[in-house]
Amino acid sequence: MTTHPDRYGFYGKFGGAYIPEMLYANVEFLQQHYQQIIDSESFRKEFEYLLKDYAGRETPLYFAARLSEKYGASIYLKREDLCHTGAHKVNNTIGQILLASRLGKKRIIAETGAGQHGVATATVCALKGLECIVYMGETDMKRQALNVARMEMLGAKVMPATSGSKTLKDATNEAIRDWINHPEDTYYLIGSVVGPHPYPDMVAQFQSVISREIRQQLKEKTGSELPDYVIACVGGGSNAAGAFYHFLEDEDVKLVAVEAAGNGIESGESAATTQLGRIGILHGSKSLVMQTADGQVVEPYSISAGLDYPGIGPLHAHLFDTGRGIFLNATDKEALDAAFELARLEGIIPALESAHAVAALKKIKLKKEDKVVVNLSGRGDKDMATYLKYLPKQNG
Amino acid sequence: MNKIQQLFERKNQKVLSVYFTAGYPQPDDTGSILKALVDNGVDMIEIGMPYSDPVADGPVIEHASAIAIANGMTIKKLLSQLQELKIDSEVPLLLMGYLNPVIQYGFEKFCKDASEAGISGIILPDLPVREFRTDYMDIVKKYALSFVFLITPETSEARIREIDNLSEGFIYAVSSSSITGRSTDQAKKEAYFRRISEMQLKNPVVVGFGVRDKATFDQACRYLNGAISGTAYITQLNEGGKTIEEHTKAFVEMLR
Repeated sequence: MTTHPDRYGFYGKFGGAYIPEMLYANVEFLQQHYQQIIDSESFRKEFEYLLKDYAGRETPLYFAARLSEKYGASIYLKREDLCHTGAHKVNNTIGQILLASRLGKKRIIAETGAGQHGVATATVCALKGLECIVYMGETDMKRQALNVARMEMLGAKVMPATSGSKTLKDATNEAIRDWINHPEDTYYLIGSVVGPHPYPDMVAQFQSVISREIRQQLKEKTGSELPDYVIACVGGGSNAAGAFYHFLEDEDVKLVAVEAAGNGIESGESAATTQLGRIGILHGSKSLVMQTADGQVVEPYSISAGLDYPGIGPLHAHLFDTGRGIFLNATDKEALDAAFELARLEGIIPALESAHAVAALKKIKLKKEDKVVVNLSGRGDKDMATYLKYLPKQNG
Repeated sequence: MNKIQQLFERKNQKVLSVYFTAGYPQPDDTGSILKALVDNGVDMIEIGMPYSDPVADGPVIEHASAIAIANGMTIKKLLSQLQELKIDSEVPLLLMGYLNPVIQYGFEKFCKDASEAGISGIILPDLPVREFRTDYMDIVKKYALSFVFLITPETSEARIREIDNLSEGFIYAVSSSSITGRSTDQAKKEAYFRRISEMQLKNPVVVGFGVRDKATFDQACRYLNGAISGTAYITQLNEGGKTIEEHTKAFVEMLR
């Protein structure tokens, strides 16, 4: 299993750049220059500096003693929830904003689901003094009102996407249209390991800091760099890509991706793409896509706005296809239960997305000597309205 | 020679092509729209295959696509409508849409069935040149279809020449860097048309996106071989009060 796609952006049969000609010049330019820019010394210095002093890295790898006792294994939480802005998303937005400024772009656009990527984009645009427009589904704007307010306070303009189910897929369509209409001055800052090549690779590289740190921290704590399991939730899959990245070639490390089952795989209200999708094209890459027999992309469902996406990054489709990744899923209810359990056992309120990863602990047969890393990709502040509705049931 | 190539042999200026979305306004309007367009002297027709995520299209075509999908329009249904209609006309018909529904149908089956239903060409804006060449070109040729590529003001001269070499029919010049149904800077547009015209390509070039009235049609035809109008026609069909034939007549008269 290699970490990089081939020169055309393919991970096995997934990836590529299926884009209309209107985007070709921009995407081709990025393809030709991204690696060279990312590898340059000035870029690396600035990226490392901002990750440390601005985003607050490294994030702790916390040994969760009570959770470990409960599940009968050594469980470590990678605390991406402690990053500035509240989730791992900022690792990528810092990287891409540095790239965008080196390309001389003045106007930044982004799509967002839960609003975490939107907030992380608005944050780095404020930091660099760049204009920021965030597309967000109208439905998501309602369920994540706090994040809308945060983006606006940071000076970004939040544009509602009003087509389809008015969620992440539709916000992504609107962002792509904006990019088509503004090819010269605009940089599209994609928030996950999706989109045309080179985005999936670029975003995975920026997020790979997560697994780089896990290896070092685990070595310090246990004497070995390698855990038995790394568990992460997957919508598009950026936090999972980051948590898996430096373990992809260590075949003994089991990489567990947890998708959102919504109300259950068979319920017709789900977002578990590997279980329900087929190979197809969505948002510029070939991957697994939830779609009808006629090839219309379907509206997914999950309680978590960040996992509510009918596709999955091509790297993950490849991990699924080759069997390198173990793909599990958790329902809304299992995720909510896991969130409350983590809150009460460890004093950590996770994002609903990350709660899906925690929920997977119940689904794996763990041994006492197993070392398990759960990537806690974000914190739960943004989800308090949802948790509040569920609170009486937990206390009753 | 297919009907597209024959058309440009007969006529190489002021070619008028009209786009409509199959399944809109009503699921069974395909026949009456095609008839009205042919009867009113349109030179070429592009039939849109509706898709749930049409990122290269503006709100008008996106809306028409959503309604068409809700109306139950699919590639299968469209091709069987075309089979039944048995349109006997020299006017070339093209199918335009996005790659995903086509690969779900099966690319070769799609080409075969389309060809049998009287289709002469295919436009799939999100099928890249490289993948076309490696995976699809032979199939398209086998069924004597013309695959039509898009170029934009940002497309380099080298790439336009490459596309010209791969094309057997015409090249679709997107009039500006934009989605369908938007207006843009006129002087910039003319300079672009002139540049393409001076390249002396082997294929005719037809302008699309932003062609909505006589002025924009004439502007395109001053430099290039013709123009395609879609958003404006769909908007007209949506106005109500008239039959498809009346709308189409008024629309073609307005452009010519």
